[in-house]
Amino acid sequence: MVNDNLVDNIVSEPYKYGFVTEIESEKISKGINEDIIRLISSKKNEPEYLLNFRLNAFKKWQTMEEPDWADLGYEAIDYQDIIYYSAPKQQEKITSLDEVDPKLLETFDKLGIPLTEQKRLTNVAVDAVFDSVSIATTFKEQLAEHGVIFCSISEAIKDHSDLIEKYLGSVIPASDNYFAALNSAVFSDGSFVYIPKNVTCPMDLSSYFRINSGDSGQFERTLIIAEEASSVSYLEGCTAPMFDTNTLHAAVVELIALDDASIKYSTVQNWYAGNEQGVGGIFNFVTKRGKCIGKRSKISWSQVETGSAITWKYPSCILLGEESVGEFYSVALTNNLQQADTGTKMIHIGPKTKSTIVSKGISAGKSSNSYRGLVKIGSKAKGARNYSQCDSMLIGDKAAANTFPYIQSQQSNSEVEHEASTCRISEDQLFYLQSRGIEFEEAVSMMVSGFCRDVFNQLPMEFAAEADKLLSLKLEGSVG
Amino acid sequence: MKSKKETKKPLLEIHDLFASTENLTILKGVNITINPGEIHAIMGRNGCGKSTLSKIIAGHPSYEITGGNIKLSGTDIEPLEPEERAQSGIFLGFQYPIEIPGVSNLEFLRVATNARRKFLKKEELDTFEFEDLVKEKLEIVKMEPTFLNRSINQGFSGGEKKRNEILQMALLEPEIAILDETDSGLDIDALRIVASGIKKIANENSGIILITHYQRLLDEIKPDFVHVMANGKIIKTGNSELALELEKNGYEWTDKFIDKT
Repeated sequence: MVNDNLVDNIVSEPYKYGFVTEIESEKISKGINEDIIRLISSKKNEPEYLLNFRLNAFKKWQTMEEPDWADLGYEAIDYQDIIYYSAPKQQEKITSLDEVDPKLLETFDKLGIPLTEQKRLTNVAVDAVFDSVSIATTFKEQLAEHGVIFCSISEAIKDHSDLIEKYLGSVIPASDNYFAALNSAVFSDGSFVYIPKNVTCPMDLSSYFRINSGDSGQFERTLIIAEEASSVSYLEGCTAPMFDTNTLHAAVVELIALDDASIKYSTVQNWYAGNEQGVGGIFNFVTKRGKCIGKRSKISWSQVETGSAITWKYPSCILLGEESVGEFYSVALTNNLQQADTGTKMIHIGPKTKSTIVSKGISAGKSSNSYRGLVKIGSKAKGARNYSQCDSMLIGDKAAANTFPYIQSQQSNSEVEHEASTCRISEDQLFYLQSRGIEFEEAVSMMVSGFCRDVFNQLPMEFAAEADKLLSLKLEGSVG
Repeated sequence: MKSKKETKKPLLEIHDLFASTENLTILKGVNITINPGEIHAIMGRNGCGKSTLSKIIAGHPSYEITGGNIKLSGTDIEPLEPEERAQSGIFLGFQYPIEIPGVSNLEFLRVATNARRKFLKKEELDTFEFEDLVKEKLEIVKMEPTFLNRSINQGFSGGEKKRNEILQMALLEPEIAILDETDSGLDIDALRIVASGIKKIANENSGIILITHYQRLLDEIKPDFVHVMANGKIIKTGNSELALELEKNGYEWTDKFIDKT
């Protein structure tokens, strides 16, 4: 029984979330220009300052060029062929879940995110975003009792304009990069979180992003503010139907932590990845950044990236406050023809700031998976410390893994430590597990979860279990 | 159940087995029959095919059977995947147990034990039941429970790796266990622990094949049969006296038995 090439024959598990919800949508015409931006803004009844924010961003975007430094290859995106606003048709003003189209509730039910009171998750508040709009946010009233604001960003723009004006774009200015500028010009919805001073958010908060329409992009915007000595754990999930065209997703997430505040932001990204031939799938160009403004503040990113045809994403921390802490824990899995270029930036500005980076890349099939990270120690960051660990695992002999660590230090009194490793699941390891009665695919998934353990330990419990399941599902048939 | 069976059916029958890897023929007509309760030793020079034989029986994908067959309780095992062979009661104790970082030894042992139990139509054990069982088995190889929390074989000393193999054997209760140089790289104390573990697990319903170079192990576990292998064949079979003769005269002494045709 010779198995010459254990790792040929790549068959992916059918994507479980690939269904399309048949619902009438209100879409604007394709393309992007000033009128479109005015139209989006007026549809959302936005105040003047926000329209100006958008128009300024658009002006900047027009002068910018799409970045090409990442280790990614894809056909040029035609930005005039994208619909920038798509919303399911429903009543103008929804006051309770009863008024939400049952089809939408059903969609989120099917995705495992029930929203209705009888069925909703008891320990997590959810903001459900469908294409360009937020459908519902659960537990709003209960959270309000603690002073916590959790709502769609569109609502926040109307009801909490002081906070929006102060913080929107304060971490990621519109001119930051090409995709952030595009998002700033056309962002449609997303989540807003405000945790007041001394409050520990009584439950996990989460957003669930669903792309339903094939020809419209999704440009969500999330803003989380944690006031002094407050803390919050936030989860983000994403899925999309299977289309043979590529859909653009360009999100911006900004986090702000004041003195002694802590924000934990966890993502399980499972956008449609395209088929085995690399047709279709989401182009995921995301800018995520947190600013530790306060002393001893802490921002922790954890991500499990399994979907998307292309992932371009570097959740970062700007460590301003003395003794502030930044963390990045990442598992990125690519299969078939997926491409991922992901990592982080840790910008140490304040003294005694600390950062930890743990990145685990798993490449199967013919995919390519790169870690790209920057650790920068500024001249005032006396006593700053960083520890980075980047491990890659190759499954099969057609996948690629790269590591691009950049280190810049202007402060001699600082410590930067970097460790990297690459391993391959060996035939002998698999045989060892099999010779103890463990099925081949289970053996692979045991080894993959073992490889990711350091990161999974950082995820909230339900998320960790889901991530583990998701990885084995994604890898099913990738070896063998 | 205790009454003696009239005729014991053979557990493992290896019949005129030819096998190759990368177009190189390594086994050239091996014949061995093992009945329940028997302990067989296979000795021979390095490269004579001992380890290949053990890997072939366990189903290593790099080797191919080119002639003859292997039967477990009368059934040809060639079509079975390695995991199916393990579930049906074949156990290979590795000469060099491989390290698997990140995978907890405890979890691994539990999944393996349950795979075997499922095959035997026994109820699978939950984490608590398994912990009770494994603690009991740890006694056999004198291992500390802290071993269970480490990654499989990672950072284990040579002796610890071999004891971990015997622990697996104790948990899986195989029909037939092939122990490939389980004694190599062990100091005297570790050898005694391993040998006494094997003796405790051995029973009248199962068979054991000890692949070894040294008399040391056979002093501890007396085999019923000793086979000498050379050039991919069994060239001489005897009882435990044969091993002593080998010890005295070396392998050169057996060269005269090699069939030069």
